[in-house]
Order: sequence, then C-alpha cells, then structure tokens
Amino acid sequence: MIDSKVKSILFAGVGGQGILRASDIMCMAMMEAGFDVKKSEVHGMAQRGGCVTSHVRYGSKVYSPLAESGSIETLVSFEKMEALRYLKFLSKDASIILNTEEIYPPAVNRGDSEYPNDVIDFLKNHYPKVIALNAAKLAHEAGNIRAANVVLLGAVSNLMNIEKSVWESVIKKSFPQKLLKLNLDAFQMGITA
Amino acid sequence: MKKELMSGNEAIARGVYEAGVRFAAAYPGTPSTEIMEEFAKYDGVYAEWAPNEKVAVEVAIGAALGGAKALAVMKHVGVNVAADPIFTVSYTGIAGALVIISADDPSMHSSQNEQDNRNYAKFAKIPMLEPADPQEAKDYVRLAFKISEQFDTPVFLRTTTRVSHSKSVVTLSEPQISEDKTTLAYNAGKYVMVPINARTRRVEVEKRQQALKEFVETFPENKMEINDPEVGIITAGMPYNYTKDVFPNFSYLKLGMVYPLPEKLIRDFASQVKKIYVVEELDPYLEEQIKAMGIKVIGKEIFPYTNEFDPGIIKNAINSNLESAVSPYKENLAQRPPNLCPGCPHRGLFYALKKSKAYVHGDIGCYTLSYLKPLEGLHSCICMGASIGMAHGMSKALGEKGKGKVVGVIGDSTFLHSGITPLMNMAYNNSDALIIILDNSTTAMTGMQEHPGTGYTLMGKEAKKVNLKVLVSALGIENIKVIDPNNIKETQSAIKEELANSGPSVIIAQRPCALFKRANVKSQPPLKVDPDKCEGCKSCLGLNCPPISWKKGVTKEGSKRKGISFIDATLCNGCGLCAQVCKFDAIS
Repeated sequence: MIDSKVKSILFAGVGGQGILRASDIMCMAMMEAGFDVKKSEVHGMAQRGGCVTSHVRYGSKVYSPLAESGSIETLVSFEKMEALRYLKFLSKDASIILNTEEIYPPAVNRGDSEYPNDVIDFLKNHYPKVIALNAAKLAHEAGNIRAANVVLLGAVSNLMNIEKSVWESVIKKSFPQKLLKLNLDAFQMGITA
Repeated sequence: MKKELMSGNEAIARGVYEAGVRFAAAYPGTPSTEIMEEFAKYDGVYAEWAPNEKVAVEVAIGAALGGAKALAVMKHVGVNVAADPIFTVSYTGIAGALVIISADDPSMHSSQNEQDNRNYAKFAKIPMLEPADPQEAKDYVRLAFKISEQFDTPVFLRTTTRVSHSKSVVTLSEPQISEDKTTLAYNAGKYVMVPINARTRRVEVEKRQQALKEFVETFPENKMEINDPEVGIITAGMPYNYTKDVFPNFSYLKLGMVYPLPEKLIRDFASQVKKIYVVEELDPYLEEQIKAMGIKVIGKEIFPYTNEFDPGIIKNAINSNLESAVSPYKENLAQRPPNLCPGCPHRGLFYALKKSKAYVHGDIGCYTLSYLKPLEGLHSCICMGASIGMAHGMSKALGEKGKGKVVGVIGDSTFLHSGITPLMNMAYNNSDALIIILDNSTTAMTGMQEHPGTGYTLMGKEAKKVNLKVLVSALGIENIKVIDPNNIKETQSAIKEELANSGPSVIIAQRPCALFKRANVKSQPPLKVDPDKCEGCKSCLGLNCPPISWKKGVTKEGSKRKGISFIDATLCNGCGLCAQVCKFDAIS
C-alpha cells in the first residue's frame, strides 16, 4: 500500500561525489516500487568542487520537483560540513545520513576560513536521528572509493520501506556487469554501517 | 506503454522523435544542450551543431521550406542571436514544420541574464507552448509540430531550467511513422521577403493570429480545475507544480499555450472564482495581458520579479503572515565557488595575463570563471563574441591612453560562434587591441560539444577542421602567435610582445581541455611540495588550483615561514604550473 503523502529526500555534497547518480538510482527504486517520483538538481557551473544538491520527492502523485523549505524528512549529506548548509530545508524531526568525509572549500585551503569542527554534535543536538558513517572508507573496503555514493544509498535504504530486491534490481540496471559486485557490496556495507 | 524516468530535455528529444521529426540543428547552451545530444542518438535522424543559433535557425528554416519537419534548439540568449531570421520566418511561414525551442534560465544558474522569452512569442507573433514537467515536455513538443503544420507557422516551445533538468516518470508513445514529404516546391511570392511580398505576408500573419486565437480557446492543454471557488490561480509551466504542491485545493487555470492567450476561457475562469492570483516567474507577462482584458488579478505586487520560484516562495507570498523556515546553524560557512578544474589550460594563461595589468574583456565559457579571486582575470563580460568588439572599441576610444593595455579573450567555440566578424572589423579598422583565443579544442563549458574547429560532427563523423591561424590571417591580422598556455614564461613574453606591437594582434593559446577524453590528455604524476624547501610564500595559492591547500603552523627552523603548501595527490593532474610559479624550487 503506497502512502499518499509526498515525502522528500535531499542529497547534498560536492561536485564529483556521485550525488546525481545516487539520486537517479533512488528515483528508479521509487518508480519500481510503484511511487510517482520527481527529482531536481541545483548545481553551479563547475564540473568539480562546487555545491551540488538533488531533491527527490515521491508519493502517489507528486507535483513539485523541489521541496518547500522546512519540509524535508531525510537529508543524505555526502560531505560533512555540507549538511549544515541546507538545514533550513529540513523539518525539525528530519533524519540525517552523514558521510564524515571532509572536502575543504577553497577558502579553507587558502587558510582564510576554518572548517567547522562540531558538525556531528551540532546535528545530534538538533535532530532526532543522525547516522554518521565514513562512506569513503567503507567503499574503499568494498573495492573502490568511488562507490561511496552507493554506500550512502545503502544507509538511507534502512529508513525507507522498499524491498531489498527492488534496490538490487535498480543497482543491476545502473552499473555495467564488471562494477556490479562492487556496488552490491557497497550497498550492503551501507545497510550494516 | 513503457514508462521511463526522464529529464525534460530527454523527454523533448523523445517527443521530437515520436512526432516523426528527423531534422534538427542547434548551438549548445545550458539548459538546452542535452536535447540535441539525446535526439542525435535516435535511428535515422540528422542532427547538427551549427556554429551559432542564428545559423541553426536558418538551417532549420531551409529544411522546413523543403518540406521537412525541422527543429532548432537554443538557450534563451541564443534566441537573441537568432532573432533576425525568427522575426521574418513568422511572415513567410513554413512549408513543412518548424519548432524553435527556447530554454530559459530563471535564477541564472548558468547564464548572464534571465530574460523572459515568452515576450518573444508576442513580439514575433509566433505561438508558444510551455510544458510544466518532462511528460508535458514530450507531449507538447509533438503538439507544437502539429500546430506548426496546421497553421503554417513556426512554433516556440519554452522550457525553463527546472523543466529541462528535473526528472520524472514519462509514459512513452509509439513513434509516428516518419513520412518523407520533402520536395523542391518553388513559391517565391511567399518566401522572398522584399517589401511588396512582405506587405502581403504581414496581412497573412494577422489572419493566422485570428485563427490561432480561436484555436486556443478549445486547446485541450489549457486546463481549468474548479475546486475552491474562493481562490483561483492562473499560471503556466513549472510554477503550476509549485503552487499545486502547497495549495492543492485552490481552483486553477493552467495554460499550456502561453501565446496567444485564450481570452474567453480566462473570462470564464474569472467568472467562477472570487480572487485571482497570477503565478509566473520573471516578467508579469500573463498578468499584463489579463489586466488588459479588464480582469482584476493579483500578481507582481506580491510575487518576486527576479529568480525562479519554489513552493515556499509561493506559499509565503500568498500567506504573508507565515514565518519562513530558518536554519538552526547560524555560523558563516565557507562557500564553494565554481573554479577552473585541475590541469585547466586557462589557469596558466590568466596567471600570466594578470601580470600585464591589462584591461581584459571576457567572453562566455569556462574561462569566465577566471573572474573570481585570486585570478581576477576579467574586467567585462557581456555575451557571446562581445569581447572582441568591446576590446576594439575601448582601444579606439582611449587611443594613446589604452596603448598596450586592452585585451579581449575568447574561447575557440565562442570565436567561431560570433568572433570572426568583429575580428575582421579589427583588421579593417586597424585596431590596436590584443585578442587571445583560448583554444581548448572543444566547447567545454556545456560538456564537450563538437564545433567547426574540432574535426568532428555531432553525429560523430570526421569533418573539415577550421585552422584558426589560417582563418585569423585571412581576416587580415598580421601579428599572430601560437603558444602553449601551460608554459607561463612563453605566455608572458608573447603577451608582452604583442601588447607592445602596433596594430591588431592575435595570440592563439592552444592546449586541450584537461577533461577532454578524445584529446587524450594524459595526466602526469601528481606533484609534491618538499616541506624542507617550501618557504610558505603562498605564490602557488595564487593559481587557485583545487588540489593546492595551505596548512598553518608548520614552521621551520631558521625561517620566518608560518605554514606550508600541500598538494592533494588524488586531485592533482600534474600540469606543473605550480612548479613554474614556485620561487624556491619546492614543488616537483
């Protein structure tokens, strides 16, 4: 039975982290599970290094591909400090999946700005559910650091009522045969993290 | 039928194919580019990158006059470039079919302005459809071709970034059988727009306008939903979805065709609801026309003129007493501004150019990013091809005061788009400015599209390749240098020499884009900073190269250094610029 209320997931991170691929896979899983789904990205001009976000919305009928501020139920942050940038979009009882990997912005690289050092505590003090994991490390253990995005998908899949077989089916459609085992392993590592 | 998750642009390409169209021309530009890239993948189609939007439209008009169904695709500002043929093909009409896609960019995600191209429909008297999501994008482009055939008119399809680049579930249809209706049918009285014929066609345009105004009253994609009679929303495109998301119970008139407007239908809707809001991004385009009908509506007095909307903006505008959502995190977060990639050939050029202290007129491309700190490489940027004319104009106006100080920079694709005529003008009117063509062998900013200088077509066939040096020389430029911008010394001395020269000069800075796969740019091993040699002078940070960072507090005995530079080996592509700028030989 499909819940008719439209729900929203926000993917956020830095260009080059595989955010758009992850949100595509999420949409395909929603579609296969019978939901209507829309997604929309906001990203700057640079191929790498800029802020990237993707809104994914699903339910029995979705109108807007962008979610209203203050309404998003789930944040998947692919980079630690990036989570802080989008908190105004989240509902007060949102769940957060946080990759603890740090990617320094240019101002931090130049020594003009500090990287925030209290991210996890801050989030835990303000939101009921924060799951922090080092997706890059887990992906490396699964065989390739680039599969960190699929590790995070595995972690967020725990919060969603979608059969594991659906996830496996869309992962199979999303990667060539030679990368399949790696990504299925990465997904499983996210589930158990 | 089969369902697929598709972006608006993928859906448009599919719709064009389903409509039996097999001919398309375009110049790439965000957010329109993927339409052509996707269309070119279908069987049996002909699709080409034209050097600019004006040529693309003219190519499509030629095909349409030969009886083909033809498509031209561009971003909103591309329509400015193509406006000349567009305004007159509105008079001639077309024999086959012609649809022009304008992909607008509210919020200027990747553009220099956010002009509202619905105005072009009214201005050029060309009907315009506006889809609200990928499914409609596919369906409407099919309708656009039908209307074009039925009324002998070009038709606009307007999308916005949010329609083009969002994804949703699209139900595919069987492609129409593509019938070959091409023929050489002469009809000079209709297509030769000398005044005597243009005056006749001008009257035909008004007749067509009348016919379209009747047609649009029953056009099924103008949809009325009467729910709560207290509040009615008149809207079109993506703002319909935003509004419906937050106010599902209001009544709606959603316009699928935004030009011409269905006056009777709008009056009918207005008579059924008490209070009417017009919800539209950018200009009060619908609002002004509806107000001119004498209907009272609320519009731009509560909704913003600028930027794209989202559901929250609409909710807060209508319920002005609502509190906006706020972030609990109050500290400033360091931004992540767009930057040139590691190994980008523009980095060395702008590093060297900065030393000349010249006034640099910029153009449209990745190199526009050099405007940002610390490279600060540009002092103006208006539109495609403008750098050359502007550099020439400034140099002429300043005379002696500007001697050796005025430069224009332009990419290879942009130069071939609209830089050739102004460069010819520089030779003709004996300019004193220096033009630098940043030749990275591709259209990099929009994602590596081919152009007449790459040697390949959109369909992947080998093609004639423009020789930039020969072309520049043929235009009458005598001072020409070809350099490698990754050699900073060579680049600096070439700039110095050409700025000192009298008359127009051109430097062609040649090195392929670092991300360009076909150019087979081999990454060199990553460089390292020797912590014993680094004096912490921060010279290398002046390159703004993503892998280079600064670590405070790493001091050295007998040195005043306060920290040192680091290179992230996972990001470095080994281009070696930082080793060239290091004064202490600390990077290798």
